Amino acid sequence: MSGDKFEFLLRMGDTTLILGHRLSEWCGKAPVLEEDIALANTALDLIGQTQMWLGLAAEVEGKGRSADDLAMLRDAWDFRCALLVEQPNGDFGRTIMRQYLFDQWHILALGALKANADERIAAIAAKAEKEVTYHVERSADLVVGLGDGTEESHGRMQAALDLLYPYVGEFFDTDAADQAAGFDPASLRDAYDTALTATMAEATLTLPDSRFAHKGGRTGQRHSEHLGHLLTEMQWLQRAYPGASW
Amino acid sequence: MYAQMIKSEATQDDPAKLEEFQARIDAGDKIEPKDWMPEGYRKTLIRQIGQHAHSEIVGQLPEGNWITRAPTLERKAILLAKVQDEAGHGLYLYCAAETLGVSRDEMTEMLLDGRMKYSSIFAYPTLTWADMGAVGWLVDGAAIMNQVPLQRTSFGPYSRAMIRICKEESFHQRQGFDIMMKMCSGTEAQKKMAQDALNRFWFPALMMFGPSDAESKHSEQSMAWKIKMNSNDELRQKFVDQTVPQAEYLGLTVPDETLAWNEEKGGYDFAEPDWNEFFEVLKGNGPCSVDRIATRRKAWDDGAWVREGLMAHAAKKRAAKVAAE
Repeated sequence: MSGDKFEFLLRMGDTTLILGHRLSEWCGKAPVLEEDIALANTALDLIGQTQMWLGLAAEVEGKGRSADDLAMLRDAWDFRCALLVEQPNGDFGRTIMRQYLFDQWHILALGALKANADERIAAIAAKAEKEVTYHVERSADLVVGLGDGTEESHGRMQAALDLLYPYVGEFFDTDAADQAAGFDPASLRDAYDTALTATMAEATLTLPDSRFAHKGGRTGQRHSEHLGHLLTEMQWLQRAYPGASW
Repeated sequence: MYAQMIKSEATQDDPAKLEEFQARIDAGDKIEPKDWMPEGYRKTLIRQIGQHAHSEIVGQLPEGNWITRAPTLERKAILLAKVQDEAGHGLYLYCAAETLGVSRDEMTEMLLDGRMKYSSIFAYPTLTWADMGAVGWLVDGAAIMNQVPLQRTSFGPYSRAMIRICKEESFHQRQGFDIMMKMCSGTEAQKKMAQDALNRFWFPALMMFGPSDAESKHSEQSMAWKIKMNSNDELRQKFVDQTVPQAEYLGLTVPDETLAWNEEKGGYDFAEPDWNEFFEVLKGNGPCSVDRIATRRKAWDDGAWVREGLMAHAAKKRAAKVAAE
């Protein structure tokens, strides 16, 4: 069963890693200075959470690998991040919509995980939950502000929602790896839908009718084409200068 | 030092008021935004604080260039924290400048159309990971040289911003030196990267202090007003004297064959940077000058709909609140 728990921990750590990386691509390019600060801050929180999740994954695996080894030396097929976070930043609206769709799941997931029987998982979740409480507050505010802003901002946010909503469903598939960690994401769907419906109503945005879901990121069966490019950049130094200490 | 070649404005104010103002400064009083101040003092400060703020903002870009390629999770986190601090410094400084009657948006427009400058150092490229070390070690090191004395500057909001900024800058310099130490005790390739970074950043770092005192026309008035606390040459000498032993400790060679300890003056003799290059960089001919401003302009233009959207939403909320009352 430790293999399954390892798998679950990769899902958490890879998802925060890839999203943290995506946010860090914004550095110095945000629409206002306050958003530069907030994006860097959120990225920083997510990278910190990655260190904890992947650190525990490495420990559970017990093969002497470190969190950095997992982040920098695996190829795309070994990654277990959700497809949503692999998606490119697009415009600021798309980045914020992706963030909100993730944050709303993340806060619910952490809320459940902080009661996990494995104290190590519970401790990481409790620490991360404090940070994510702020993330979801901020991303929801921005979704509302931009959805209910000008005609242009509304149009961009609706387009972002239409584009990204099909990547939401994957987060709620409970399988053996989740169960091995005592985690049941399917049970979070109702609470997620309630929150999403309320936020989108306030943002004057329309949730797509279809619940069609792209899948394959969390299981590693089929990632997007984007992930390979991201890893090429992220892992370059470690790959080009193997064995060096930085 | 993030403010260079600040032209100090002549002032046409009432001589009695000027005298009284100078007496306050000489007595070590802090000038606050609502106090009377000479127009030249105000304008010079806007230019200086604005340039400093712009440097923090543009300065995110050469480091942002490596955040996505940072070699470990910890290095990525540290670099993110550093860049976040820099954006925060930009924010304090814009706020300090705004107390002088110019808005952040106006200053941004002036940066983008070339009426305001940012520090010459950020027009240079960051080509290897060792540059993240060199930028922290040399660039933040040079910035601290200038900013520590500016904590005592006469304008209250600027002085208070500097006090906050200095606390964070010393962490930045340490993390830069830490990267250099790692590289210099690493593989041959890492040592080569470290030496290459020093070779490329040494003279641009010396330029950060501005031209020599003999060439610096505007220093005298700014020093009398205590918006410049030390001369360019004085700070540059201090920087070289501090940095050379650090380079020796790292096992790196400072790219200056004339560098020699001068017992008599108790400091190093060293070569001047190429000032023609410096003036070209200030004119917009630095290796990355065009890219830096193009990136900032794109961020500003692409972000217009976001700023407008959020303003429109805030206006709707205000209107709804009024209607409810």
